[in-house]
Amino acid sequence: MQEQTKMIELQSVNKWYGPSFQVLKNCSLTVGKGEVVVICGPSGSGKSTLIKCVNALEPIGNGRITVTGVEVSDPKTDMPKLRSKVGMVFQHFELFPHMTILENLCVGQEKVLGRSPKEALVKANALLERVGLTDHAKKYPSQLSGGQQQRVAIARALAMDPVAMLFDEPTSALDPEMINEVLDVMVALAHEGMTMMVVTHEMGFARKVADRIVFMDGGEIVEIGGGDSFFDNPQTERAKSFLSKILAH
Amino acid sequence: MKGWNWEGFFEYLTNYYLLEGALITLGLTVFAMTAGLFIGFFVAMMRMSRYKILSAPANFYIWIFRGTPLLVQLIIIYTGLPQIGIKFTVIQSTLLGLALCEAAYLAEIIRAGISAVPTGQVNAARAIGMRESQVMRYVVAPQALRIIIPPLGNSVNSVLKTTSIASIISMEELLRRTQVLIQEKFLVLELFTVAALYYLAMTTAWELIQRRIEKRFGKAYGPMSVDAH
Ligand SMILES: Nc1ncnc2c1ncn2[C@@H]1O[C@H](COP(=O)(O)OP(=O)(O)OP(=O)(O)O)[C@@H](O)[C@H]1O
Ligand SMILES: [Mg+2]
Repeated sequence: MQEQTKMIELQSVNKWYGPSFQVLKNCSLTVGKGEVVVICGPSGSGKSTLIKCVNALEPIGNGRITVTGVEVSDPKTDMPKLRSKVGMVFQHFELFPHMTILENLCVGQEKVLGRSPKEALVKANALLERVGLTDHAKKYPSQLSGGQQQRVAIARALAMDPVAMLFDEPTSALDPEMINEVLDVMVALAHEGMTMMVVTHEMGFARKVADRIVFMDGGEIVEIGGGDSFFDNPQTERAKSFLSKILAH
Repeated sequence: MKGWNWEGFFEYLTNYYLLEGALITLGLTVFAMTAGLFIGFFVAMMRMSRYKILSAPANFYIWIFRGTPLLVQLIIIYTGLPQIGIKFTVIQSTLLGLALCEAAYLAEIIRAGISAVPTGQVNAARAIGMRESQVMRYVVAPQALRIIIPPLGNSVNSVLKTTSIASIISMEELLRRTQVLIQEKFLVLELFTVAALYYLAMTTAWELIQRRIEKRFGKAYGPMSVDAH
């Protein structure tokens, strides 16, 4: 792999929940600018935890995480500022239910980035058009389908002009017929050169856009492989058995 | 046996002095709720803090004020404290006692409301870069407010009646003024019935208001949630 600008770097990250349960074990990973990394692994393997550590929604035990060279775990780091540069999309969308779709897209721009309401609105409308939801601007999240809500959630993250995007199983709470509308937005984003860390079991998506696949099991990064090579030729027994299970469905 | 005096009853029912007493009761209620919400919010925030130095005093405060009768609190404030040189007037003691006591109850209601907002919402707000105060202001508080509207409404009803306890330290609210008027003609039953009707009128009016508020905020966010298409 050629030397790229590092965007996200994890160095020997360890994390515990409580005194004895180690959820992340010596995880190291570098994500270059414009790279798309898919993280997969069995339930409970620590994927969500790993991705939450990147923008410090979860604190780490020891090790080092940097985003655009800024150390996440440094107490002197302005975390809110760093987080505003890293978009995050959640399994259950987490749109703000008391705000309209437009307000969801504007609140961060105005309150965090200090954009004027006018500026924010222009950006919000452009993003809604991009995810194909212009007609729903004035609605509340509860009035949209899951797939629509998740597209809004992606737009909300993009409204902050992030340098990287984190996705935690963005399609696993969706009805099957809605998965593609969300994946399409993500594929387009990947093709535009967005740096992405995506926890997903959507193997079609992974094959199409992932530069690398990270396989986690029991809190460890067990295997890192290139997009196709991981699926066609997994190196470890654990990855093989995991793949045989998910591909069986 | 004197029997029931209708004339006296109607006279007191429209008595200006009593009506004013009812207004004072109303004023005490508004004050207790407003000050209680304000203090209660800070107590709730302290209580939820992960720092013991903040949560311990809050716990202690709630324990004391919810664990002792308001009657005893008022007597201590008005009659007891002067003994150690702290003097409050009747009105000051009443306002202080009501606010402090109500704050303890409201703190628990507020805390429950805030805790009921899902962590995912907090994470989402943090993830777009909001500072903790912004997370509270723009995301958690508006959602918690909806959750606490019903218990808050019940508190208003309860405080309306509880203010009568202040009569014990001669605070001239509705009940105290009723007792004062009894000295005129000793129409005990008639006067207390009038007082009861005044309380009933106030709690009933509030119930109607509360019902409207809950109707407005009780449903899903936004105009009636329509099935997505
Ligand atoms: N806040 C927490 N406190 C204690 N343990 C936790 C906490 N969050 C997660 N865990 C545990 O840590 C482990 C890893 O959780 P995590 O959510 O990161 O897994 P995951 O790989 O995302 O799983 P899934 O595919 O089910 O989402 C699990 O065993 C989980 O029970
Ligand atoms: Mg997970």
